[in-house]
Amino acid sequence: MSPADTLRFATRAALGYPLRTALMVLAMSIGVAAVVMLTALGDGARRYVVEEFSALGANLLIVLPGRTETGGVNPGSFVSSTPRDLTNDDAAALLRLPLVQRVAPLTVGNSEISVGGRLREVMVLGTTADYLGIRGFGVAGGQFLPREDFGRATAVAVIGETIRAELFGNENAIGRMIRLGDRRLRVIGIMGPAGRGLGMNSDELVLVPVATAQAMFNTSALFRIMVETRGREALGPAQRQVENLLRARRDGELDFTVITQDAVLGTFDRILGALTLGVAGIAAISLAVAGILVMNVMLVAVTQRTGEIGLLKALGASTGAIRLAFLAEAGLLSLAGAVAGFALGHAGAWGIRLAFPALPAWPPDWAVAAAVGTALTTGLLFGVMPARRAAALDPVQALMKR
Amino acid sequence: MAQIELDGINRIFQLGDSQVHALCDVSLRIEAGEYVAVMGPSGSGKSTLLNLLGLLDRPNSGHYRLEGRDVTTLSADEQAAVRSARIGFVFQSFHLVPRLTAAENIALPLMLAGLPAHERNDRVAQALKDFGLGARANHRPDELSGGQRQRVAIARATIMRPAMLLADEPTGNLDRATGQEVTALLEALNAAGMTLIVVTHDPTMGERARRRVLMEDGAIRQDLRRGPEPA
Repeated sequence: MSPADTLRFATRAALGYPLRTALMVLAMSIGVAAVVMLTALGDGARRYVVEEFSALGANLLIVLPGRTETGGVNPGSFVSSTPRDLTNDDAAALLRLPLVQRVAPLTVGNSEISVGGRLREVMVLGTTADYLGIRGFGVAGGQFLPREDFGRATAVAVIGETIRAELFGNENAIGRMIRLGDRRLRVIGIMGPAGRGLGMNSDELVLVPVATAQAMFNTSALFRIMVETRGREALGPAQRQVENLLRARRDGELDFTVITQDAVLGTFDRILGALTLGVAGIAAISLAVAGILVMNVMLVAVTQRTGEIGLLKALGASTGAIRLAFLAEAGLLSLAGAVAGFALGHAGAWGIRLAFPALPAWPPDWAVAAAVGTALTTGLLFGVMPARRAAALDPVQALMKR
Repeated sequence: MAQIELDGINRIFQLGDSQVHALCDVSLRIEAGEYVAVMGPSGSGKSTLLNLLGLLDRPNSGHYRLEGRDVTTLSADEQAAVRSARIGFVFQSFHLVPRLTAAENIALPLMLAGLPAHERNDRVAQALKDFGLGARANHRPDELSGGQRQRVAIARATIMRPAMLLADEPTGNLDRATGQEVTALLEALNAAGMTLIVVTHDPTMGERARRRVLMEDGAIRQDLRRGPEPA
């Protein structure tokens, strides 16, 4: 029997029992669709986080106070246990490094903002003029914080769009005075919309000069220093320069951490990648169940078509030809299930994207290939036993059945 | 050398604790082109003999030479090849594949033998015409009458131009008139040179055969010949 004939024969056989075939294909397609959809969800989450970090801007180094180290007691442990704060002077010193292009010191705190009778809690971010460029934000109206000495506490503020709408409504906000904590500040600008990243939404921020924020929160410490390097390839050398400079400024002690965006991103990428794999593994169980179903259906088919198998043997079919015909049928059922599941899974992923537009829920290529491949493999694997049973039937016994 | 030579064939079935001797020391010679009716009561071993002749079953002892070749020692797939090329089967219950059309049923042996599609179509079209089924080519078995079904089955059995045709009660499921039609059809094929071996209960059909083999309890009781021997 030629391969084309075997396929045609198997197709006719599968179509000869429409309900059985439909149920089988449905089971297989649910398995494949589950893998496609769940990996789409997992990978979507991974991509969401990656994008979130990319919103930070490229070529970024982040300096944070303190250092987490694994290791026993070292001499440093006895000398000092509290890390020294990062200060505005540190930030200003970093600006002089050749590989550093821009620096933005950050201080963060919560305070109350009030205008007229309206009052609300806001997150206050103390920073400098370069923050806007480093983060890639825009200003919708007015101007951003003035370019001035890091130590100068000018009484101005730039507010987010949501804050503006809530406090001023339709009135013009620029030039108005607000009360932030115990200080009176003049609004000089409104943040542009959709600045997002790392859980901070620029729509709900009040930005003030770093020294103003420090005075407000009565501290000289910085929460972070953001450092932008000259180009992506300068990231590594710049990280060493920053470390060396800051270490020199604090008597040779490395009580701060410099992280690159890549490192953070890589970690999240790995965690969420593993999560996606795990979810895909769980979904793959349904594929195994579908495989067992293929076996069951094919065993029933062999019993149902015993007479036909006997006839084929009488007509001169070799055991190989019969085995192949039944295996081809199992393969076709799995293939149809895989294709239907592929379509179903993509439709599901589309539904997820529709419901959660922020989540880029596209199934990764590897998952789709793996799901369809696994469906075919399980179908064929579980089809072997029924096919062997069909081929091994005694023709005399088989012919006696109708 | 006869076409079929059976020597000391024994076939024993194991049914639980008891042994059933379906064939006891059967020896038989059938020449090419003969018309043989195998008759006898139920359980006399007729069908077992036919299955053995058709290579669907193996004897426990004895030798079966088909066209001079000992076929009892062949492997299952070698026997399948012999069945495909030399032997045609006609069954009482027709054994048509219900989901295939008449033409596709007739084409089955050609397909199993691996003939290309265009060659198959020519031969199937010819067979449909020869057996008066031209208008029924695309009908499924459940849309055909009993006589038509058996004609399709006979067309299928002869499409490979086998040397012998084995028929197990070919008229058993048909009414008298249609049965006679089918008998005439089988005899015409025999007249054209094909060896015809029929297992039957029907005495009138047995009467028509030139040679009658009467079986009882797994052994041949009588072997009657009538008319001139075929050359």
